[in-house]
Amino acid sequence: MKLNGGQALVKTLEREGVEVVFGLPGGAILPVYDPIIESPIRHILVRHEQGAGHMAEGYAQATGRPGVVMITSGPGATNVVTALCDAYMDSIPLVCITGQVPYPAIGTDAFQECDTTGITMSVTKHNFLVTEAQDLPRIIHEAFHIASTGRPGPVLVDVPKDIVDPTNARSAMTWYEPTDDLMELPGYRPVGAGDPELVSAAAKLICEAERPVIYAGGGILKARAASVLAELAELIDVPVVTTLMARGAFPDSHELCLGMPGMHGNYTAVTAMQRSDLLIALGARFDDRVTGRVDGFAPDAKIIHVDIDAAELGKVRAPDVGIRGDCKLVIAEMIRALRECGGASAQPDRRAWRSQISGWQERYPLVYEQSEPGERLKAQYVLEVLRDATPDDTIVTSGVGQHQMWTSQFWNFDHPYTWINSGGLGTMGFSIPAAIGAKVGKPDRMVWAVDGDGCFQMTAQELVTASTENIPIKVALFNNAYLGMVRQWQELFYEERYSEVYLSYEVPDYVKWAEAMGCEALRVESPEEVAPAIAKANEINDRPVVVEFRSAAGENVFPMVPAGRSNSEIVLDPSQR
Amino acid sequence: MTGQSSQFHTIVTTVENKPGVLARVAGLFARRGFNIESLAVAPTADERFSRITFTVDVASSRLDQVVKQLDKLINVVEIRELNPAESVERELMLVTVDADSAAGRRHELLALIDDFRAYVLDENQSTMMLSLAARPARLDEFEESLRDYGIVQLQRTGRVALPALAT
Repeated sequence: MKLNGGQALVKTLEREGVEVVFGLPGGAILPVYDPIIESPIRHILVRHEQGAGHMAEGYAQATGRPGVVMITSGPGATNVVTALCDAYMDSIPLVCITGQVPYPAIGTDAFQECDTTGITMSVTKHNFLVTEAQDLPRIIHEAFHIASTGRPGPVLVDVPKDIVDPTNARSAMTWYEPTDDLMELPGYRPVGAGDPELVSAAAKLICEAERPVIYAGGGILKARAASVLAELAELIDVPVVTTLMARGAFPDSHELCLGMPGMHGNYTAVTAMQRSDLLIALGARFDDRVTGRVDGFAPDAKIIHVDIDAAELGKVRAPDVGIRGDCKLVIAEMIRALRECGGASAQPDRRAWRSQISGWQERYPLVYEQSEPGERLKAQYVLEVLRDATPDDTIVTSGVGQHQMWTSQFWNFDHPYTWINSGGLGTMGFSIPAAIGAKVGKPDRMVWAVDGDGCFQMTAQELVTASTENIPIKVALFNNAYLGMVRQWQELFYEERYSEVYLSYEVPDYVKWAEAMGCEALRVESPEEVAPAIAKANEINDRPVVVEFRSAAGENVFPMVPAGRSNSEIVLDPSQR
Repeated sequence: MTGQSSQFHTIVTTVENKPGVLARVAGLFARRGFNIESLAVAPTADERFSRITFTVDVASSRLDQVVKQLDKLINVVEIRELNPAESVERELMLVTVDADSAAGRRHELLALIDDFRAYVLDENQSTMMLSLAARPARLDEFEESLRDYGIVQLQRTGRVALPALAT
């Protein structure tokens, strides 16, 4: 069958099972947009290419399938760089197709030309510049394979216009089914199972540990390993911390769950890791926001480290047992090895450790002070009400800053894939487009985007996309008139010298703005209005809803481990000091 | 360039012979903060692949990271770290020396060339162009010996290496 490159590209996306593409057309990608009209693939027209990238990330995290982006050359490509980097840092599978100027024009500084593969080389797992129409099905298939196997990540495919433009002879190709055996990836060999000897060595360390903690990272979710993680934790009766990228990987309501560790983790999670004699790190990468000062991190702990990426083993902290492999397979092997050496009965008596942990939990819970009448709302209170007023399987996305930390702290994540945020890159403005992508992937689930006023102003235009494409997300917008987390650092570490962090409560008028974008909009200023406004928002399913919560400007996120300090120097809420 | 010290490691990678692969490798070194001391690239006997030989200046704990990060590049097919004791390393040097000022010593220069088993590739009234392919340390010695005569231009290729044959 004779096709042109554009038709072949769209047909390959269909063959890959793509149900939705997030994109925005332009000159160089025009020929690929023509066959999109006849394709069963849903196309969501974004208002900015960064939005397309974050939507694809939200979609990928909610569904486990690669998110697909299609945009044009030059500024289209440069606008998506932030989202690619975000996906790279958080290991999110994306396939991003960018238009490029015709192949003979590459290198001539043509209109809307940029060196897309050069620019994105360091923020993608891999990228391709396709030079022949005939290669398109194979390369697109390779892109999906690379994006979704091993340690997932974004893959970009740059497509010169001449090979997709039916008026150009270079676009002619003969269709073939893109299959695995056609892939030409001699250097790509993702691993699966772990080394059995190392698994046995890990089991032995676990059976000797008196104060073990399971340190669960985002790799648990990537490996679809939440159920084997629960099985492991219960078998050995060991507490679990879930990092910012792993919230929901182990249920918060489980008695073994200690919640989030790290810079704004709760006291018990941070301290249990710090005092442990064995950290069982599963799909985690010893990020600086988790470890604090590395040489003071968990000083007495031996380390078992399981990761699919060999380069993570020993990158930050040398493991005593480092196992390269897929978390789901390796955990299952660990469970088998532990059962073989006696299972639960072979575990040491850890009652003292457990009672020490429950002591911390009782003494140092997450706290905040409810606002006095006439004061601005406390975001923590609003989040508790929102949490209790929404179904358990609600998907929550967030931007970056104080609202993100409070959501992670005060939400109750009992299901995997219900928490979607920007962890590694810390991309402000992530929340709204990510929520749109999640809602597209999981249309039957309630999706709340928790956002700050600083974040909202970076990507709010995608609410136009949500309105026009009928994607009824809900936005809890915390307007505290500040870039709150930066304000907090200036208060604590720059002697309250506030530099360029004030945003204003009144400008913009978020209600008018949201209404102008086709959303229902509500403003809430007092605690008694919170529950009714959320109830009303939960009822609206025919358009997006924005609820603006005017919240306290001076509120800080605690606990906090100051940057560069050891986790032993954790600073509690003032009421607990 | 100095010879082998404990900080220098030779890594031989087989990569796909495709445009941009060297940029990926060099970019990785730059962004992970690794320093390339010497680099040689050429196709292998199988033209689908090229071999890139690096000498890197890192502590051994970081060498492990270099190798693992390189291995993550999709176009990198194979990586070997070569222990100098178990490998054969060679490097090529082209050098032009001032044979004029050494007029009275041309005899000595020819003896030196002979001694190092270097070749005279070209010559005119005033200068001679020489080549030497040898162990990098041997090139260092040759370079040092030629300084007396006056080096006009000098170019070294960076080392290539293969594992020594099993006995």
